[in-house]
Order: sequence, then C-alpha cells, then structure tokens
Amino acid sequence: MLKLVCLVPLLPLIGFLVIGLFGKKLSKGWVSAIGCGSVFASFAISLAIFIELIGRVEKSYTIDLFSWISAGKLSIPFSFLVDPLSSLFLLIITGIGFLIHLYSTGYMSKDEGFSTFFAYLNLFIFFMLILVLGSNYLIMFVGWEGVGLCSYLLIGFWFKNTAYNDAAKKAFIMNRIGDLGFLLGIILIYVTFGSVGYYEVGQFLISGSYVSGTPVITAITLLLFVGAIGKSAQLPLYTWLPDAMAGPTPVSALIHAATMVTAGIYMIARSNLLFTMAPITMDVVAIVGVCTALFAATIGLAQNDIKKILAYSTVSQLGFMFLALGVGAYTGAVFHVMTHAFFKALLFLGAGSVIHAMSGAQDIRKMGGLKKYLPITQLTFLLGTLAIVGFPGFSGFFSKDEILAAAYESNKLLWFLGILAAAMTTFYMFRLFFLTFTGNFRGSNHQKEHLHESPKSMTIPLIILAALSVFGGFIGIPEVLGGHHFLEEFLKPVFEGSSLRITHQLSHNTEYGLMAATTFVMAASLFYAYTIYFKNKTLPAEEGEKLNPWHQLIYKKYLVDELYNTLITKPLNLISGGLHKIMENQLVDGIINGIGTIVNWASTKIRLVQTGNIGFYIFVMVISIVLILFTQMI
Amino acid sequence: MSAIQVIPLNWYLLLSTVLFTIGVLGVLFRRNAIIIFMSIELMLNAVNLLFVAFSSYLSDSKGQVFVFFIMAVAAAEVAVGLAILMMVYRNTKTTDINILNKLKW
Amino acid sequence: MITIFLILFPLLAALLLVLIKGEQVVKIAMIAAIIEFAISIFALSQFHYNANVQFEANYAWIKSLGIHFHVGIDGISLLLVLLTTFLVPIIILASFNSNYKNPSIFYSLIFLMQMALIGVFVSLDGFLFYVFWELALIPIYFICLLWGGDNRAKITFKFFIYTLAGSLLMLIGLIYLYQNTPGTHSFDIEALYLAGRGLDAIHQGYIFIAIFMAFAIKIPIFPFHTWQPDTYTTAPTAGTMMLSGIMLKMGTYGLIRWLLPVVPLGVQEWGNLAIVLSVTGIVYASCIAITQKDFKRLIAYSSIAHVGLIAAGILAFNVQGLQGAMAQMLSHGINVIGLFFIIDIIQQRTGKRDFESLGGIRNVNPQFAVLFLIVLLGSVALPLTNGFIGEFLLLNAVYQYSPWLAAFAGLSVILGAVYMLRSYQSVMLGETNAITSSFGKLSNNEKIVLAILCLAIITFGIYPKPLLDISEPAVIKLVTTITQ
Repeated sequence: MLKLVCLVPLLPLIGFLVIGLFGKKLSKGWVSAIGCGSVFASFAISLAIFIELIGRVEKSYTIDLFSWISAGKLSIPFSFLVDPLSSLFLLIITGIGFLIHLYSTGYMSKDEGFSTFFAYLNLFIFFMLILVLGSNYLIMFVGWEGVGLCSYLLIGFWFKNTAYNDAAKKAFIMNRIGDLGFLLGIILIYVTFGSVGYYEVGQFLISGSYVSGTPVITAITLLLFVGAIGKSAQLPLYTWLPDAMAGPTPVSALIHAATMVTAGIYMIARSNLLFTMAPITMDVVAIVGVCTALFAATIGLAQNDIKKILAYSTVSQLGFMFLALGVGAYTGAVFHVMTHAFFKALLFLGAGSVIHAMSGAQDIRKMGGLKKYLPITQLTFLLGTLAIVGFPGFSGFFSKDEILAAAYESNKLLWFLGILAAAMTTFYMFRLFFLTFTGNFRGSNHQKEHLHESPKSMTIPLIILAALSVFGGFIGIPEVLGGHHFLEEFLKPVFEGSSLRITHQLSHNTEYGLMAATTFVMAASLFYAYTIYFKNKTLPAEEGEKLNPWHQLIYKKYLVDELYNTLITKPLNLISGGLHKIMENQLVDGIINGIGTIVNWASTKIRLVQTGNIGFYIFVMVISIVLILFTQMI
Repeated sequence: MSAIQVIPLNWYLLLSTVLFTIGVLGVLFRRNAIIIFMSIELMLNAVNLLFVAFSSYLSDSKGQVFVFFIMAVAAAEVAVGLAILMMVYRNTKTTDINILNKLKW
Repeated sequence: MITIFLILFPLLAALLLVLIKGEQVVKIAMIAAIIEFAISIFALSQFHYNANVQFEANYAWIKSLGIHFHVGIDGISLLLVLLTTFLVPIIILASFNSNYKNPSIFYSLIFLMQMALIGVFVSLDGFLFYVFWELALIPIYFICLLWGGDNRAKITFKFFIYTLAGSLLMLIGLIYLYQNTPGTHSFDIEALYLAGRGLDAIHQGYIFIAIFMAFAIKIPIFPFHTWQPDTYTTAPTAGTMMLSGIMLKMGTYGLIRWLLPVVPLGVQEWGNLAIVLSVTGIVYASCIAITQKDFKRLIAYSSIAHVGLIAAGILAFNVQGLQGAMAQMLSHGINVIGLFFIIDIIQQRTGKRDFESLGGIRNVNPQFAVLFLIVLLGSVALPLTNGFIGEFLLLNAVYQYSPWLAAFAGLSVILGAVYMLRSYQSVMLGETNAITSSFGKLSNNEKIVLAILCLAIITFGIYPKPLLDISEPAVIKLVTTITQ
C-alpha cells in the first residue's frame, strides 16, 4: 500500500494536465469529475496509508524515485517520506481539498474560467502534496515554491482586475522574501550536515555532534523560520494574506486558510529536532507567534469585509500555532493545524455561500438577517464559529487548550497574551456572526430578491466540515479529561527526539484551572459581543464616519501597508531609477564613453602636428635623426 | 695602388660630409620642390662617393654594388618624382612647398 | 574528425547560403541547422562519460610559432556545443516571420557565427581560441549593423570597440604566457597551463587581469556591461538571441577553460574582487530592471543579473559552482531566447514593446499567456524548471565561498520575481486595449518554438541528471587538479 504513495501527488498532477491541456474541449461536467475525482482518489489512498500506518510498528518509510540534483558530493534524491506527520497532512490536504473542489463545482459554475480554475486547484494540490511528502528540504522547497505559484495564479484568477493582480504579485513577492531565507537555510543545512535529508540531519543531531544552542543551528533555524514567516503570514510578512482574499472564496478556504499557510508550521514541526536544539529561535518563534496572534486579532476587531475578518483571524490562528511550536508543543501545533483546517475552511466556505447569495457583496454592514434565507449556511457557520472560539467540546477547544497550557508552562506572559488574543477572537467572530445572520437585512432590494440558499454541491461540504469541526477534536482529548490523546500517540515517533528535551508536566488541577480560565474569558467575550451586536443591534461605523484614534488605527490596519509602501516599495523604485539614471548612465557608462571622448579629443589636438608643410616635416625628421644619432653615441 | 688611393681617405670623408650637409641644408631651407629634389640627389651622391671610396680602400666590391643599386633607385625616383612635380605644377602653377600644404589635419 | 566536421559544416552552410537567392534560403538554413544539430547528437552518442578530451584533432598550422589547429571535446565543451547546435535551429525557426532583407547574407552570417562559436568551445590551442573568439565578433557586428534598429551605427560601434579592446588585453596575456612556455614555445593549452602555473603570484595576477577583462566584457560583468542593454535592444531579434543565448557563454566558458586553470594563484589574488563585482552586478542589474519601461531592455538587464551569478559561481571554484554554471548556461540560453522571442512576437503584432501601451493579451490569446508564464517561471528559477537547478547549485557554491555574498546574491530571487511579475502583469493581464485587442493566434512555427523551449525548461528542471552527467567528470577533474 505504501508504494502507492507516489500516486497521491501524481493523480492531481494528471488531473491538472488533462484539464489544463484539454479543458477548453471538455464539458463542465467532465472537468468537475476529473478535478474532484483525482483528488478523491488521492484521498482514498491517503486514508488507506494512514490506516495502514497506524497498524504498523515501523512508522517511517522512504520511497526513492530518482536522483534529482547531484554535483560532486551534493546529491539530492527525489524521494518521498511517509510517516505519521506527512500522512496526517496528506489526509488534511486531500480531504479538505476534495470538499473544496466539490464546493467549487457549485461556486464557480457560472465562471468562464471554470476549467482553468480546476486546473490550478489540482496543480495546487499536487504541489502541496509534494511539500509534505518530500523526504528532504529541497523537495519541500519544490512544493513550497509551487504552492506559492498556484497561490499567485489563483489570487489573480480574475486577471482583468488590476487590484487583484497587484494582490497576487504582492503575495508572490512577499513569499519569495521568505523563500530566500528558506533557501539559504537549506544551503546552510547542506554545508553543515552534508545532506539535506530529514533522516540524515536527524541522525546527525541525535548522534550528539552538536550541543544545544550551537550558533550554526540557531542560524539554520532562524533562516528556516524566515521562510515560515513568509509562507504562514506572520509578522512582519503577513500583509499579503488579507489582500489574497481577492481570489475566489474556495481558494481562500483551501490555500489561504486550511493548507498552504500551514506549510510553515509543517516545516518547523518537521524540523523539530533542529528547532529544539536552538532555544533562541524557539523564543523568537513563540514571541513572533503570540505577537501576530494578538496583532491580527486587534485588526480583526474593526474590519467590515467578511473575508478580511476571516483572513485576519487566520493570521491570528497561525500565530497561535507558532506560539505552540515556540514553546515546544509540536503536537499541539499540528493538532491546531488540523482543527483549524476544519473550521476555517468551513467558515470561508460559509462566507462564500453568503457572498454567493449576496451577488458578490462582502461588506457585513450591508448584510444582516440572513438566517432566514440561508438556514444551512447559518447553522454550519455558527458551529464553525463555536469551534474557532474554543467552545468547550468543540474541536477548537481541545487544540487551543493544549497550546495555551503549553504556553502557561513555558511563560505566564505568553499565556496571558494568548488568552487575550483568544478573547478578541471570540469577540470579532461573534460580531461577524451576529451582524451577518441576525437582525434585519440591510442590503439593497435587488439583493434581497436574489437571496437564496446555495446548491447541494456547496452545502454538503459545509455539513461535512461542520461535523468535523464539532467532532474533530476528539482525536486529541487530553488525558486530564479522561481521554486518550490519540494524536499524540500517533505523532510520537516524529517528535520523540524533541520530547526528550521538552517535557510537559502540569498538575491536573492547574490544567483544570487553565481550562476554566479560558472558558470564562471566552464566555465573557461572547456575552459582550452578544450585548453589543445582538441585543443593542449596534452597527459598525459607516465609511468616513469619525472614529476615535484607536479605532481609526485598527480600522486602517495600523497603516502597515502604507508603512511598507513608504519604507520599501518607494525607496526601491527610487533606487532603481537612481541607479539607472545616475549610476548607470552617468557614471559607469559615462566613464566608458568618457574614454572614447578623451581619445577623440586627444586626436583633435595631436593631429594639428600634421601641418601639411613639407618643410616642417623635413625639419622634424632631420632633427629627430640627429637626436637619435646623438643618443646612440651616448 | 690605384688612382683613388693617391688621395687620403680623410679627404673623401670631408668632401662627402660637405656635400651631404649642403644637401640637407638645401632640403631644409629651399622652398622650390625641384631644388629640394636636386638636394636629395646631392645627398645620395655624397653617400655614393663614400661607398666608392671605402670600397676601394677596403678592396671590397660590395660597396660598388650598392652604388649601382642607389643609382638605379635614384633614377626611378627621379622619374616618378619629376612626373608628380609636373602634375602638381600643371594644376597649381607653382612648385613652392609652402603653398603645397593642402594635405593636412 | 567529428569536431572538425562540426566546425566546417556551418562554414559550408554559410558559403552555400550566399549563393542561394529567393525564398528557399530560410528553409535551407533550417535544414542545415538541423543537420548540424544531428551531428552534435551523433557526437553525444559517441561520447564516453569520462573526463578525457575526445574527438581530438591536431594539425600543425604555423609551425615556426608553435601554433596548432588543435581541437577536441570534453564534457564541458560538449554541453556548450550542444547548446549552440540546439539553439541555432530554434533561432532560425523563430525568425521565420521576421522577413529580414537579404536573407541569404543574414543566415550566412548566422552560420558563420555558429562556426566561430563552436570553434571557441572546442579549441585546445590558445592562438586558435583567440582567432575563433574574434571571428565570432565579425558576423554579429554586421548583423547588428545592417539589420538593427534605431541608432544602430553608434551602438554597434561601441559594442565592437569595447569587446575588441577586451580581446586585445587577452591577446597580450596569451602572448605573455606563450613567451613563458617551457622549451620550444607553443600555444598548446597544456603548455599555456604549465606556463601560467609556473609564474609567481604577482605575474599570475597581471595575467588574470588581462584575460579576465576580455571575459568580463563579453559576459558581461558589472561594471563592464554598459554595451549590453543598448546592443540587445537595438540588434534584430535573431541577433539578440545569438548574443544573449550563446555568445555570452563564450565568456563564462572562457573563465572555466582559459582563466581559472591557467593562473590559479592569480585567481587567489584577484578572484575575491571579481566575485564581489559579479555579485554586485546581480543586485545592481536586478534593481535597474525594476523600473525599465522597455520590455527588451528589462530582459537585457535581467540577463546581466543571471550571468553575474554564473560568473560568481565559476569564480567560487568548487564542483557545485562549476556544475551549477554549466546548468545555468544551458538554462539561461533557453530562457533568454524564449523571452526575446516572446517580445518579438508581441512587437510584430502590436508594434510596441513598452509596458504602458500593452496589456490584456491573456484575454485574446490564453495559450500564449501559458507559454509565456512557463518561460517566465524558468527565468525566476522556480523549482522544477531549469532555472532552479543552476541557481541552487550556484548559490550553494557562492555560499561555500562566503555566506554574506550568497545572501546578497540571493536578493535576485526576490528582485527577479518583482520585475518579471511586473512585466507579465503589464503585458498579459488586465483589460485589453486598442493595441492588444487584435493580437490574434500564434502561427505554427511560433507555437513549435515556444513549445520546444517550454518542454526543455520543464524536462531539464525535473530531470537534469543526463545533462549534468556529461560535464561532471571533466569538472571534477578540473577542480581536483587546481586545488591540489
């Protein structure tokens, strides 16, 4: 069965090629069938692999395909690694991927780029699978850049719109900033360990050749983390993700919420041995994570675009995952990746359903009362919201609790900031929910007539995801609640090496206390949102209305985009123009042309010797001969 | 002892030097192209004289061979040079080298 | 024998083409180019994968000066010969729609250039190398001068004089080495190696500077590059392709064969400066490319950035660097030709190549948009395209030389994305305007050219091993002989 793992990425690739090459000639039905079918087949195989892996004792298998790059001592095979971590990600990617493909058949049905869209989606799945399946860092990098490309293509899917194209370009370039860090990290790994394979690097580290905190390990991990910052939209490279909402909503769900943006977490979890040996980097990861969680959550408080709110919430949740990684709770991070994939995909798809019903409008100030028209969407959205805020029993509760417990153990301040971010999450998510689904409809009459529940192809994925959001947490019920943490057991072989160094020993009472605190803060925040937006029916400020400075600042997203524009984009253009006009044309070319000019000038002077007077020539000749003879005599 | 060797070599050297100097000065100071031409011939002949004298004193015939060479070349040169001068004169009505300075810069 | 045949056949084709008039010229040129490619493939099939020089031929030319017509092919040469013979038919096919005046002369010059380029890559005699090196300049000079665009006389003149000045310095270096060859003086490569390595560090430094200048101008390395953007912009597309796709590889090849092994101590003396210049050029050219308004000029600058990395990798002098340079020479040849061809297609249809007047071509011709995108991705070195193989190996090599330089050179990863995506967006995306709305379909030969190039980009990106294996033994031998 494990040999079949090659088929997992191969099938979407074939799907991509077929749709990409013959898409124009195929009917929409065939395109959907090939698009969804290939991903579903991958899902089936992934599931079989997952189940088989549970049963096996040996958990890690490498499948060599061919030798990719080799030069001298450097040799990089194109090979796959099947182990608990990658098989779990396979399941998430193909599972959610399939649901979103299915959803897209309904959501995109009227779009002229239908087949292109499915081709891109399949290509994305292919690269994402390569990312998690690779057995060395360079193969991960292949997938890493590949998903970046697909993200670029899909954000700019409606390519006639310049703003969307700009957003796509921004995403690609910001990702590339991270990618450079990642690439340098890979090279440093090669230079240090002589290999870029996970297994080889792991062996090196376990053998104890390096002590914890060695500068070179810190450098490697920091460089890798730069890559993760770019891909997973952390401070300071997060600004592309909210803009990436320009793409079709299924794309936002699949790429910019459930899968691609979690690549950074996967990468660090995969490199857990390296990171565990670099305490400084771990602190950096935790701090960046918690800051992002808090920072993005505050921005989310004041946004009015349904997708932008979800985007900032994604950034914030990714921050939680990095916090988990930074305090060494690798399982918690992966757990949260999984539950987040469920509920965030659900929320985005729900938002898509709302947008679909609203004929494309995304401003929640113009919504309200949609409960009546979109009952299924409303219910599933509510379940998703409860899951993300960590309502006890829902999936988000278990994963977030695990993260916060680990943070508490590591540093109380991290825990406190995490709780604060969680409280804000609750507030803005319920603000979103109340404004969208309760109260009276505030849109135009034209929109009102058009309101309708989405077709089956869209609601079925919602229902499945809602079920997963509710029950998905049960695979990781902590011991303290009388559960058996299945996920931790399953992932143990991957994180074993690190857990020797990082231990978790909170007393049961402390854990109960933490849970109670989390739940209490969540409830208080929920109640606050309820009072404002449900009971008092307060509406967000309209455009141009005067806001207090703080509100204004977070409404304007702390002006970070403007800041980057002034600090980086404009100076870069200035430098470019300056280099071209002054350095290039005046200085470098000036010197070259100057040499030519000097030769020309000198020749105009020297040629004056050619007077044309024969007498002068002869005189010079005679004098010269005499001089030569004279010097010869000496 | 041949007739040439009756006169000491120094005298030949002196005569040759004087002739050559006259030729050089003629070339330098005269402006008429034909006279310059004649001065050049004078220099050539000064050299010829020297060649012959040394050839005789050293009993080596190579010098005389050279003299014939120089005479042949000088003849050819005169033929071509005078022809050029003729053409110059026909076109400009002058043989003054100070006026013939078109070929400059 | 094959080597001589490889050199002579294009010459024959060039002579033949002069005699032919009329419509047949292009077709015959195409056939000749394909035959030449077939010959090189035959050479590949006969090639033994080891470090030795093969298909050697050695005839006395000017005996009294120790000059021989000595040619031969090893792995490094073979890859570049293959690149040349592969690209020339593509360039000719790409020029089908261009309708150059006096086609017989034009294609004859192309073949003359091919001959000279192959000669450069297979020469094993310093004097012969120099002759071919200069010979390559003559046809391209006439191609640019007679078929070029605006202001061509001045620009071509500058290009000619500039490169010639560099070559003369190289000649001085070669003659100095020749004077120092042991025993009877000879221009043979091994004799020159011995001569060069026998010198003390200071003199090797002088030789390094003299010969490096020639290569630096040809490659071109910052700050000797200013002839390049103008020339690329002005030259006819086929000429630009010959220049950028193949001719500048003469410089990088020269570094590998005629500089580093000759004066290893000189490299130690001056290599640091040379690498710094190369890396500076990468970032410098990338920065300038960002605000270019003319597409062709933008690609010209991006080309400077790419070859800067190749030069830096070569000068870092380890197996990864040289193998990366080989890979990148092939990729750059393919990608840059693809890009210039794309510009040519756009310019032929719209008459424009500045970003302001273009836009929205993807609406009109999605197929073209896809092909363009693939070439672009190769150019920004996305993994699984050919550009990545070289870039990874080169950065790796530079990193081993100096991490900071590698980080600095790596900025091109970001800047490359900035200017390439910007150009793609301005040309292909957005709304169609009056100029681009009549873009129309691609003709068959255009499709074939782009399809071949795209296929090469992806195949080489996924499975580069067959090509890398050709040069690896020779490269390893080179590195081990020098470092010992």
